[in-house]
Amino acid sequence: MYLTDDPIDPRALVERVMRRSDGAYVLFEGVVRNHHEGKAVESIFYDAYRPMAEKEMEKIVRDIESQFPAVAVAVIHRLGRLLVGESSIAIVAASPHRAEAFAACRLMIDRIKETVPIWKKERGPDGEEWVGWQGRC
Amino acid sequence: MQTMTVRLLFFAVLRDIAGTDALELALAEGTTAGDVWQSLRSTYANLADYNQPPMIAINESYATATDVLRDGDELAFIPPVAGG
Repeated sequence: MYLTDDPIDPRALVERVMRRSDGAYVLFEGVVRNHHEGKAVESIFYDAYRPMAEKEMEKIVRDIESQFPAVAVAVIHRLGRLLVGESSIAIVAASPHRAEAFAACRLMIDRIKETVPIWKKERGPDGEEWVGWQGRC
Repeated sequence: MQTMTVRLLFFAVLRDIAGTDALELALAEGTTAGDVWQSLRSTYANLADYNQPPMIAINESYATATDVLRDGDELAFIPPVAGG
């Protein structure tokens, strides 16, 4: 289960991952901000191709854990309408030592942004727009 | 000519353009994912400028425009992703 329609509970994610052998965890949260490319943002609607997004996230988790054998990771992405200040994604990378946890967490968010079929529609005072569509195809 | 049925899913901006979540397509054997994109461009004026399809998924895995569709496939065009 990598997708949720409810607010994210980062503590629960940490508890799911941490082992007694871990000396560190890195928690990343992506948060809805109030601006994008110079325009005001009030909320974001996240949409997904749910079954494919779950599969792609599973693949990324496996890749990261094979690249960093000492690290355990967990990730959850929220869908639906989110307000400024709310978290859209949380990633936890736990490891016996901090360096690998930082590296794994960083790679994880970068990979998710590349291939997981999730989209966002930003709403501001001037209307709504799907991010990334114009001029990209 | 033999025909087959393919389920086409729309997400995000493409759902807004098509005005629906999904279509059942009756296609000739040998039709590729790219062929379907070209037919969408002639159906929806908003897509006319997009010569190349966005990323493509067949049965929930990334595929290419030259992949030939099979009866019962689930096809989706994947607009630029923006998760995170």
